[in-house]
Amino acid sequence: MDYKMFLIKYAEIGTKGKNRYVFEDAMCKRMRSRLKSLGEFDVRREYGRIFVETFSEYDYDDVMEVLGSVFGIVGICPVVVVEDTSFNNISEAVVDYIDKEYSDKNFTFKVHARRNDKNYPKSSMEINSDLGAALLDKFSGLSVDVHNPDVMVNVEVRNVAYIYSKTIPGPGGLPVGTNGKGMVLLSGGIDSPVAAYMIAKRGVELEAVYFHAPPYTSERAKQKVVDLGKLVSKYAGVMKLHIINFTDVQLAIYDNCPHDELTIIMKRIMYKMAQEIALKEDCQCIITGESIGQVSSQTTQSLMVIDQAADKLPVFRPCIGMDKQEIIDISEKIGTYETSILPYEDCCTTFVAKHPVTRPKLDVIEKSEEALVGKIEELYQKAMETVEVVYCR
Amino acid sequence: MEVYFDNAATTAVFPEVKNLMIKLMEEDYGNPSSLHMKGVEAERYIKTATSQIAKELKCQEKEIVFTSGGTEANNLAIIGGAMAHRRAGKHIITSEIEHASVSATMDFLVKEGYEVSIVGVDSEGKLKLDELKATLRPDTILVSVMYVNNEIGAIEPIEEIGKIIKEYNQSILFHVDAVQAFGKLRFTPKKLMADLVSISGHKIHGPKGSGVLYIKDKTLIRPILYGGGQQKAMRSGTENVPAIAGMGLAAELMYKNHEAKMEHISNIKNSFIDKVTKLENVFNNSGEAPHIASITFVGIRSEVMLHALEDKGIYVSSGSACSSNKPHISNVLKAIGLDSTKLESTLRFSFSEFNTMEQVDYAVQMIEEILPVFRRYIRK
Repeated sequence: MDYKMFLIKYAEIGTKGKNRYVFEDAMCKRMRSRLKSLGEFDVRREYGRIFVETFSEYDYDDVMEVLGSVFGIVGICPVVVVEDTSFNNISEAVVDYIDKEYSDKNFTFKVHARRNDKNYPKSSMEINSDLGAALLDKFSGLSVDVHNPDVMVNVEVRNVAYIYSKTIPGPGGLPVGTNGKGMVLLSGGIDSPVAAYMIAKRGVELEAVYFHAPPYTSERAKQKVVDLGKLVSKYAGVMKLHIINFTDVQLAIYDNCPHDELTIIMKRIMYKMAQEIALKEDCQCIITGESIGQVSSQTTQSLMVIDQAADKLPVFRPCIGMDKQEIIDISEKIGTYETSILPYEDCCTTFVAKHPVTRPKLDVIEKSEEALVGKIEELYQKAMETVEVVYCR
Repeated sequence: MEVYFDNAATTAVFPEVKNLMIKLMEEDYGNPSSLHMKGVEAERYIKTATSQIAKELKCQEKEIVFTSGGTEANNLAIIGGAMAHRRAGKHIITSEIEHASVSATMDFLVKEGYEVSIVGVDSEGKLKLDELKATLRPDTILVSVMYVNNEIGAIEPIEEIGKIIKEYNQSILFHVDAVQAFGKLRFTPKKLMADLVSISGHKIHGPKGSGVLYIKDKTLIRPILYGGGQQKAMRSGTENVPAIAGMGLAAELMYKNHEAKMEHISNIKNSFIDKVTKLENVFNNSGEAPHIASITFVGIRSEVMLHALEDKGIYVSSGSACSSNKPHISNVLKAIGLDSTKLESTLRFSFSEFNTMEQVDYAVQMIEEILPVFRRYIRK
């Protein structure tokens, strides 16, 4: 079919009262920026709805993919536009539409007509029954069910007429940029891009940090994180990725702290660094992919001890109650899985102890960290001063 | 200083080769199958390349088939050979230290109902000839053994292997993966008693995407690519003229002043091994190939050492490049009996005529600096 237009359905935004336009504008803006490279499109709000009109050749699948990644959209209806609104012409177009759109013509339907032009020769009710009759006349397998139809044929008569019946589901959520900003810790694994996606879905703009530990982690491991950032940015918009060279800090921890506490202490320092950048960038939260019990540093005891390190911002962990498989399912759905499983070592596993602590105590860890006083400040400072910034888009 | 010690992975293209290829892309871009002048011109380049390769292998020009590289040459030899001879038997023999393009092809044939026997190697990586003799059977149709191992540089006793096979049964196909040998050793398929020999262009300063399978005259092989019937229908597909011409020229240049060049490369390799093994807990696993050194740095994981060297501008390899983007334990190192701590701490340094003694000294000096730093930090 040749769709000249898409009707965008959104649900949650509709409940936002006087702020509604903020959400709608953010969503339109996001659609415009994502559609720009695919052709000429006009995204507009009209009568409380959002339309995407096409003015050039476009690839249907590409447009669907793009609209399917804009948070806030719950459904996309491809619309056939009829210029000549005489009833005969509309009737022919509707018959043609059903003919092409549904290969199996055994279903129940209902015509739902609306007219904007009150001078139109037929009333909505008349349009309903007359179009229904035309369809029944043409396709013998069709029958009308006004209460629970398989197919709702929508016909809107304005200065032109719109015909649509199918709704392709969108991602839901809230438009990015309507809910502040968060700093996500990207490791290169499966979980953190999923966490980023889930928070972005609630309308939160994202920035990210990655801890690079050359030569223990390779240039490819870093590239992998940049690639993951790009994949997430399809949903979350341009993401500023802060790459921190963590090697010297990590080695200082290795030199001065008990080996089995290394991961916990390391993650506490990562949180501190992430928080510092987050505050500088006006973020209101830190986001991680942690899930209870997945590894030794994600027991509730470990999470409590690590959590204390971020003392100024809340840490959001959307994967916290999910099983690995549930996280994998989402990562496959959003397209990050294939990249996440590329086998490059991340800095957390470089020196991981054979038997790391699983029930750390805050006072014990803080005591161990005292050994770093006077040794780590300069390294910490240097790491923060040499942060590399990459824009993932 | 930038030091490229990864010439067994790939090599810098000779400038002459590059210039020739540019000319072929800019001016003489015809399709060798076209009937007009442009096509004839392009065909002439293929003829030249064929004769250049045939000259180095001392074989007939009709025995040369150009492929997309070593992997395709190995696939064509093994799959094509096995298919063509399957009525005579379904038993194939190979070694335990083959490149993935051979071993994975064998795995494929096993799934297709062939039986593959794998012959072991000794501590130097050399095929156990007695074991080979004991493995040969009346239904054996193909034996595939590499000439120079890509990870440790062991040179296999190919002439003896050829003799053993052919004495047992003339009609068994003998395939030699000579990708790491061509351009470094002087050999002829005839002397090796080989029916099939694979070589690659980008290991000899030629372009990537170029390779040759030598197919001895009258040897029965089933093609694996079908189409327009190019290269006497053995390998359909429009010939990659720039790559073919580039590979031919590279082969000619590679064998020019060959002895002097190989002496230079061996000197570099030996000097590097001598100097680097003087350092504490550094061990040599290298074979005789002039261009490959396999060195173990006890206490440092190979990937870490590789990136530490990279940081100093020195490019080397852990295992073979084709498989080193997934952490794995090398089959080859395991086969020669390296213990587990050495397995994950071994790097390959491989040399070309463009390397210098200064580079060796710089690399050894950097390694000496790196070793104590990184040995301090180990997993506990």
